[in-house]
Amino acid sequence: MNEIDVIRTNHLVDPALHIWGWEVPVYLFLGGLAAGVMIATALIAAAMPLRQRSAALRWLPFAAPVALSLGMGALFLDLEHKAYVWRFYAALRLTSPMSWGAWILLGIYPATLLLGLASLTDQDLARLQRFLPGPLSRWAAGAQSWAQHRELGLRSVNVVLGLGLGVYTGVLLGAMGARAVWNSALLGPLFLTSGASAGAAFLLLFRLADHERRELARWDRLALLVELGLIALFLVGLLNGSAQAQAGAHQLLGGRFTAQFWALVVVAGLAVPWFLATFEAKKHSRPTMAAPLLVLVGGLSLRWILVAAGQA
Amino acid sequence: MTRYAMAVDTVRCVGCSACVLACAEENQLPEDAYRCWITTETRGKFPVLTQEIRSERCNHCTDAPCVTACPTGASQVTIGGIVVVDHEMCTGCKACMGACPYDARYVHPDGYIDKCTFCVHRVERGLDPACVANCPTKALIFGDLDDPKSPVARLTVERKSKVNKPESGADPNVVFLI
Repeated sequence: MNEIDVIRTNHLVDPALHIWGWEVPVYLFLGGLAAGVMIATALIAAAMPLRQRSAALRWLPFAAPVALSLGMGALFLDLEHKAYVWRFYAALRLTSPMSWGAWILLGIYPATLLLGLASLTDQDLARLQRFLPGPLSRWAAGAQSWAQHRELGLRSVNVVLGLGLGVYTGVLLGAMGARAVWNSALLGPLFLTSGASAGAAFLLLFRLADHERRELARWDRLALLVELGLIALFLVGLLNGSAQAQAGAHQLLGGRFTAQFWALVVVAGLAVPWFLATFEAKKHSRPTMAAPLLVLVGGLSLRWILVAAGQA
Repeated sequence: MTRYAMAVDTVRCVGCSACVLACAEENQLPEDAYRCWITTETRGKFPVLTQEIRSERCNHCTDAPCVTACPTGASQVTIGGIVVVDHEMCTGCKACMGACPYDARYVHPDGYIDKCTFCVHRVERGLDPACVANCPTKALIFGDLDDPKSPVARLTVERKSKVNKPESGADPNVVFLI
């Protein structure tokens, strides 16, 4: 028997090691979703000229900065010293994933907004300009003309920044050696894949053309399978790690977070939507919103459960 | 090069908490906030029991993960390897708290992250940290680990010693004499 008694009357630290609340998983989810939307809209647009794209697909690149802003809003709420948020941009510290992540976020706004403008037809732009004040409206027209001549480059920038953002959401946790459940290099690719499937699932909630829907559904099914494989490797890695890592794995394999993890992430968030999407594709049945919604629930649950498990 | 370290003599420590209170007083900590704490570890099965009492705090690690995790440079290494937080640079993002293997940090009510500083303001004046100066059993020894003549360097060689969570790889500078 080994009993450890700690007298540390600091209610801010003890008895729980919980430092991050709902804000961080929500930010990681929305950041991953934004990354997925960036990559999916940039790649799917590469395969079809502007006139073949549905109205929804033309406008959806703007969903990435909106999702990211909501996520960053959640992150801002988590800061204990909100007035010092600008400090993130007074330093670039390469050893800190949070630091280079903050700089990536800054690059995403111009890249996504310009790609969004490049994806609009002249009629779309005229509709947008009706909601913009004079100078901004003129700027949008100029920016659209600039962006449409550089669409290929903008798509590449969006894919690269989307990959960076998706990986960063996982590395943010993965770099924390003190928390065994998080300390895995696989969290980067896992969160990137989960973000990619969440992004595609989000796009599938809108009224897309049939060929766009087929392409995104195919993308989503592949991402779900890769994610399932990465989760298996992540658990195997923990089980073969230190005693602390093994204890972390047992939280998901029989311990406190087992039911939530397997029910919400693996079954409801991965297996069921994969079967639904595959069934819809094979039987050419009318697609429903069930599979995309389940993927989104699974993506949020994955981050929520892993953030909580690392602090238990 | 100077490398400040603290030796905690677990044979002498009685867990009286004088270090905890001296620290709170010296550093004007808010109510209910403490930078050091007492851990009592009981091993064995009754009636064959052994007990170890440790006064614990930030380990001022040589490879401090809190410093590398900090996105703004607020967590930084100062004289003699002492790890401090610049309150004016801290956003309270808590990345350092997530990275710390020893859970030695907490959120100060003023919004920054706070922890033990080895009383660097006293060390700069040639004084011992408040916890060391106030320990009634002389269980805490502070000094330069890189100076072979210093008591802390000598004791860690002469006595059997250990550090908490050596597997963290952070190379902690609080050593427990056993």
